[in-house]
Amino acid sequence: MSDAPLIEVKDLGVRLNTSRGPAQAVRGVSFALRRGETLGLVGESGCGKSVTALALMGLLPESAVVSGSIRLDGAELVGLPDAAYCKLRGNRISMIFQEPMTALNPMHTIGHQVAEPLRRHTGISAAEAQQEAIALLDRVGLPDAAKRIDAYPHQFSGGQRQRITIAMALACQPDVLIADEPTTALDVTIQGQILDLIASLVEERGMSMILISHDLGVIAENVDRMMVMYGGTVVESGATDAVFRRMGHPYTQGLFRARPRLGARKGTRLKTIAGTVPELADLPAGCTFADRCAIVEARCRAALPAVVDVGAAHGVRCIRTDVSMAAGGSSA
Amino acid sequence: MTAPDHASPAPGTPLLEVTDLAQRYTLPRESLFKPAAQVHALNGVTARVMPGKSLGVVGESGSGKSTLARLVMALERPTSGTVSLLGRDLNRMPPDELRRARRDFQMVFQDPYGSLDPRQTIVRVVAEPLTALGRIDRGSLRERVAVVLRQVGLRDADMDKFPHEFSGGQRQRIAIARALITQPKLIVADEPVSALDVSVQAQVLNLMQDLQEEFGLSYILISHDLAVVDLLCDEIAVMYLGRIVEQGRPDDLFAHSAHPYTRALLDAVPRARAGGIRRRRGAQAIVSRATATTGCPYAPRCPLADRHCRETAPALRSVGGAHLAACHHAEAVMALPPVIAEAG
Repeated sequence: MSDAPLIEVKDLGVRLNTSRGPAQAVRGVSFALRRGETLGLVGESGCGKSVTALALMGLLPESAVVSGSIRLDGAELVGLPDAAYCKLRGNRISMIFQEPMTALNPMHTIGHQVAEPLRRHTGISAAEAQQEAIALLDRVGLPDAAKRIDAYPHQFSGGQRQRITIAMALACQPDVLIADEPTTALDVTIQGQILDLIASLVEERGMSMILISHDLGVIAENVDRMMVMYGGTVVESGATDAVFRRMGHPYTQGLFRARPRLGARKGTRLKTIAGTVPELADLPAGCTFADRCAIVEARCRAALPAVVDVGAAHGVRCIRTDVSMAAGGSSA
Repeated sequence: MTAPDHASPAPGTPLLEVTDLAQRYTLPRESLFKPAAQVHALNGVTARVMPGKSLGVVGESGSGKSTLARLVMALERPTSGTVSLLGRDLNRMPPDELRRARRDFQMVFQDPYGSLDPRQTIVRVVAEPLTALGRIDRGSLRERVAVVLRQVGLRDADMDKFPHEFSGGQRQRIAIARALITQPKLIVADEPVSALDVSVQAQVLNLMQDLQEEFGLSYILISHDLAVVDLLCDEIAVMYLGRIVEQGRPDDLFAHSAHPYTRALLDAVPRARAGGIRRRRGAQAIVSRATATTGCPYAPRCPLADRHCRETAPALRSVGGAHLAACHHAEAVMALPPVIAEAG
């Protein structure tokens, strides 16, 4: 594997036009992924994790203004004309969506849908594409793939449908796989199977994966590195183990403590984060978490804090890490 | 919060008792000449909830937990079996009496975006269970709404707003206020926090705990999240394909699981901690309920299944006090080292 990053994002910004006026949905997101590396994005609704993914896929609405740079193998993707993006999408960058029912077209057979990216990008014959689709469906563990190739999405269970969307995403052997909450709609036992499947495929094909999830447990078990997003900015990033060992940002710590835990006695009170996730259209000036932070100071609101290095490749966007990390941000 | 017109039960009477409840749905006919297939959504479920206590129901989709909720709420008639609230069979009540009895049991739904009418003001949404019970004058109605809104942490002024002006967590508070307004004894909550963000989920769970302490409410909490039922419930029932496969106090269930399915559920929960190297769980075959078996319904997925399991269905039996399990190998499962609970 070469040392050059496969995908490199620098200072990505996305401005969306919402019903409440323009909103800076993503600010200053930077990361680089080499082949075979995995990155997790974690955060709550409206934190910008899905907008970041859509920006990478070139799927933002036309009114969105993207700034910064996204490079795939050195080639710039920001500002790429749509026709050129269509050649990449589903070919070199693929995405697995949260809702397998809405991601599949109910009017087409699954064989047609899995073969579609192959037909479009590789120009192989329909018969060959069909054979390849059966092989892919076999690989993702769909029982009796050859027999069920002409079945429609509604004839499958949620877990099976998600296997089908994974087969679609993998059809052209992409370099980068983006999985946006791939298991949120699934049962916990099926979730394990799907994550296992994605992990083994990423390993087998040497892809880079970006896994988006709101579940810290899913992130802890599935990616090498992670970024915690809040209000459109990355508030903490680093190696997954390093972040879980020493959480630096008050938001990461709050998110961790707010989770109900197995084995907690009945009557245990959860530690909540006061307030609610801010609307992107009216983010506070300065630190986006300031309004909900327990250790906020006047200077937090002055300007967006810079990233502070708190360990090897572990950065925290907080000017009060001396306090937050002294208070014991450790997890387990 | 006691109203004089509420019949108070004799001490020791369970608040809710479901006995041998079964529900079958008929599937669309596939062939003109064959009888239509049936789904056994619920297959002989027996459970009771004592006043002020809570029952958690966990299981995968299709396990019958939402069917159980609908039957407890008397939204459907069961194929067989009974649902009794304070000793009265809900399905034998005359319609008018059932309507009045509904003040004692209310429901909170999963999706706070879908469960509130977008075209009604909050005061109308929240007051609806009351107005359905009978005429009530506008002044006292607004007063009652104001009281419950304050109880769930909203303001009086929110009364004249519309649902779209609230966040998901606030909407779920409104849904809880609507359930509280008739001063019920039982609230059935079907996945009340699964649509909410983690930080907001904690606020709503704390609120549900506070309300239980304050009013002595009972909950039937349906969730796929084991940690959520662990936090709020005195007893937990694990369901699989329409049956309760294990039932007991959270401590018994999680520290000494007696059913392989409970262990599989616990094991599948991703742990948020450092060094979380992927634990491969191995693929489990997905089985559908359509494959009728004479033996244990879990046998096709069970690592411990033997011939006996595939031939004879195990009955739900005591494996120690009130801890029940439907497994021939329950003792062997309990002897296994516990699935490690999450630290911290």
